[in-house]
Amino acid sequence: MNLYEPTPGQQVFGLHLPDYDELQGCIRCGRCLPVCPTYQQTQLEMFSPRGRLSLLRAVEDGKLALTDGVEDHLYHCLDCRACNTVCPPGVRIGELIVRGRVAIEDKHPRPFLIKFMLRHVLTGAERAALLSGPLRLVQALRLDRLAAAVLRHVPGPVGRRLGELIELAPHPGRPLARELAEVEPATGPQRHRVAFFLGCMMNVAMPDVSRATVRVLRRAGCDVLTPRGQACCGAPHDDQAMLDFSRDLARKNIALFEPLLDEVEAVVTDCAGCSGALKEYAEWLHDDPEWRERARRFSAKVRDVTEWLDAIWPEELTPVHRPATATYHDPCHLANLQNVRSQPRRLLGRVTGLEMHPLPDSHPVRCCGSAGIYNLTHTDMSRELLDRKMADVAATGAEVVVSANPGCLLQLEWGRRLTGQPIVVKHVVEVLDEGLNGQAQGDPRPRG
Amino acid sequence: MDPRIIKELRDAVGAERVSTAAEDLVAYAYDGTWAEQQPDVVIHPQTTADVAAVLRIADAQRVPVVPRGAATGLAGGALPVAGGICLNLARMNRILDICIPDTLAVVQPGVITLDLQKAVEKHGFFYPPDPASVYQCTIGGNVATNAGGPRCLKYGVTGDYVLGLEVVVPGGRVLRLGGRTIKNVSGYNLMGLFIGSEGTLGVVTEVTVRLIPKPAAQMTALAAFPRLADACEAVGNILQAGVVPLVTELMDRATTRAVEDFKHLGLPTDVDALLLVAVDGDADAVTREIAQVAVILERSGAREVRQARSAQESEALWEGRRNLSPAIQRLARNKLGEDITVPRSKIPEMVARLADISRANDLPIIVYGHIGDGNLHPTILCDRRDAAIMRRVEQAAADILEAAVALGGTLSGEHGIGVFKRDHMLRGVDGNALAYMAGVKALFDPHDILNPGKKLPFD
Repeated sequence: MNLYEPTPGQQVFGLHLPDYDELQGCIRCGRCLPVCPTYQQTQLEMFSPRGRLSLLRAVEDGKLALTDGVEDHLYHCLDCRACNTVCPPGVRIGELIVRGRVAIEDKHPRPFLIKFMLRHVLTGAERAALLSGPLRLVQALRLDRLAAAVLRHVPGPVGRRLGELIELAPHPGRPLARELAEVEPATGPQRHRVAFFLGCMMNVAMPDVSRATVRVLRRAGCDVLTPRGQACCGAPHDDQAMLDFSRDLARKNIALFEPLLDEVEAVVTDCAGCSGALKEYAEWLHDDPEWRERARRFSAKVRDVTEWLDAIWPEELTPVHRPATATYHDPCHLANLQNVRSQPRRLLGRVTGLEMHPLPDSHPVRCCGSAGIYNLTHTDMSRELLDRKMADVAATGAEVVVSANPGCLLQLEWGRRLTGQPIVVKHVVEVLDEGLNGQAQGDPRPRG
Repeated sequence: MDPRIIKELRDAVGAERVSTAAEDLVAYAYDGTWAEQQPDVVIHPQTTADVAAVLRIADAQRVPVVPRGAATGLAGGALPVAGGICLNLARMNRILDICIPDTLAVVQPGVITLDLQKAVEKHGFFYPPDPASVYQCTIGGNVATNAGGPRCLKYGVTGDYVLGLEVVVPGGRVLRLGGRTIKNVSGYNLMGLFIGSEGTLGVVTEVTVRLIPKPAAQMTALAAFPRLADACEAVGNILQAGVVPLVTELMDRATTRAVEDFKHLGLPTDVDALLLVAVDGDADAVTREIAQVAVILERSGAREVRQARSAQESEALWEGRRNLSPAIQRLARNKLGEDITVPRSKIPEMVARLADISRANDLPIIVYGHIGDGNLHPTILCDRRDAAIMRRVEQAAADILEAAVALGGTLSGEHGIGVFKRDHMLRGVDGNALAYMAGVKALFDPHDILNPGKKLPFD
């Protein structure tokens, strides 16, 4: 073994990763291992960020064929970006794994159903709202419970998974998309103007939370502008290797919001997945000369709602909650990706009556297992992570579990149903909204 | 590898703990260095019995076995250079006992060092060894390399805390060595042989470590020395005054500049040496000692001394040292970090020789280290894609090791010999001693199946 032999300087094999150079930047120190949720569960190198990058590099260097195993390992990544926050040489590990997924898409395409849904249904809040009617009808007739009960008795994992999927489905109210006026004026003293980005998941699964978001923004002195025809942020498509599609969605949103950018101080959204993606538009379109500058200008204005409210919160507003203990679960895409950690905590600190108890492993945050559609595609791993999170929640003794992302909220709500823990699960803005309206009784009850 | 051997292994430890998948072999082909070599099979033992079964079969079939913790090593110690079995001990990661009356902890080898530290701190206790990889490295690996860290001047190295070991030797016999007491002279100190043996004599499956009370307070001072020799002398002066510092961390001018470029902390970049000194103990003593240290630093030739007066200020002074690793990672595509150790009085001369070696080989070398214990980390900046550069790196690495030995020092203070420094053992270690080391190896591992090609310069 010659230890000082030079490595090949270029790709030998054909993934043609544009980031091959950065891939080689991994120094294999292993710092990412202990913060990676899937490594924590398995203690197996292939389930670690370092391992995944090494597999990509081996394929690229011609040392490993592009096997089903490689695909499996790339998609076992939660895309939680915990690794990015600790990497000493600053390799953007999460992004590289997504690039790897794109590179293998030719030979290992995503399942048809996933692509179909992402291409034709999950393309924007208004379109996604079409799901809402049938879902509510089925739930009103209790056909979902019947189906889940039947499936639970079907032997084998498929029945169980389908049953779980049906149980996971939210019980939403009326979608919000077309209800909002283009300008909803401030209800408190007017100080700011913001544009509101309505996420698909928020609109379909928890429109009442976004109603609360708009109320709180207005109460805090913001005129809220919601342009019609918003596209999906593109995060789910990016995650599932549909890079061209997600870039198209980005261009649509930029074009839609551009006329407002001079007028508003910020583009605000109450979905951490969306705020993360919208902020990444600058990077997504960096190599597109026509869109680079436009994307940069748009992304620079994006604020997660927790970030924005923390920055502008009027001192005269004091939300009140009945005396209760609470805990805050950081969404990965808010904390690990956007480094928004202190803002939601400060906002919750303003709520009289809430006593905050911290969750362990919050910097970097350990994923709850929701992770986009991961809880549907990787049910077992997702469940293990949810079980750990619910045990952490129980140990805090919190009665109210607060988060800031629809995926996390649904997952935690599911955890509540599974464990029967006496908790309520809420978005930060719900706590603020109820606290400002004097209705924060917080009785344990299922969402929706 | 013969499929019959794989089958035997599967039958012995369970098929789900034995993997030959192509992806798995790729993922277990490396450690913290840049080198790579795939094993033929990866085994994930859960129990001592699993490890014993693997070593019994491997010894009978003459198959190499390479124990592996978190593979963070910097000397190639966990590389399966001869193929064979990679033994992934990461799954044996339970803290078995924290015994307060006896102030000790019993752990499995895959426990992450920081997890042990956090677990014992809940009880007010302290496990001091703190290698830079403390977040990710394992206790088993720490024992195998006798890992150190910045706090060694005051608190010693991993081996100073090991009270007992369970090891499995080739053939599968399980040895219980040491125990739960500080004093123990019953028989020879076989346990000592396994500490720092880099997986060449046996596989550590359980470790009993001593704990000490957690000091209540810590305080820090940072000094800028125009002359590096003065910084070394200052450490001697501090010790002479009766203060044993917790850490004495040196950063040379290039290292300081790298940190400053990365974080903009306002560190002075026009001096040869920055010296971070911390003391720990009870709150009153710490306040008194850090003031005393500051005076000594000034009298020893420091141009500027920043002395923390609160825990927050103390933290702020640590910022530079904390950002050292990411900062130097950004200096060059690849790095070769050495860990030579010389008598403290020889540090100025060693640093001068490093400058000569850097010039002679036309390679940037930055230097930082824990000067209280003489341990320096000269780091060669390089690019692995360039064959000409890599030839010079090989030469510079050899020059550094030779210089350390010439000054009465040693090849490795804490990383281990592994495969990277193996060829230098002939010059770095007394010849008669080497012969006895070969005898020890033959005694425990007569068929040379455990981590072959490592540590000792014989095949």
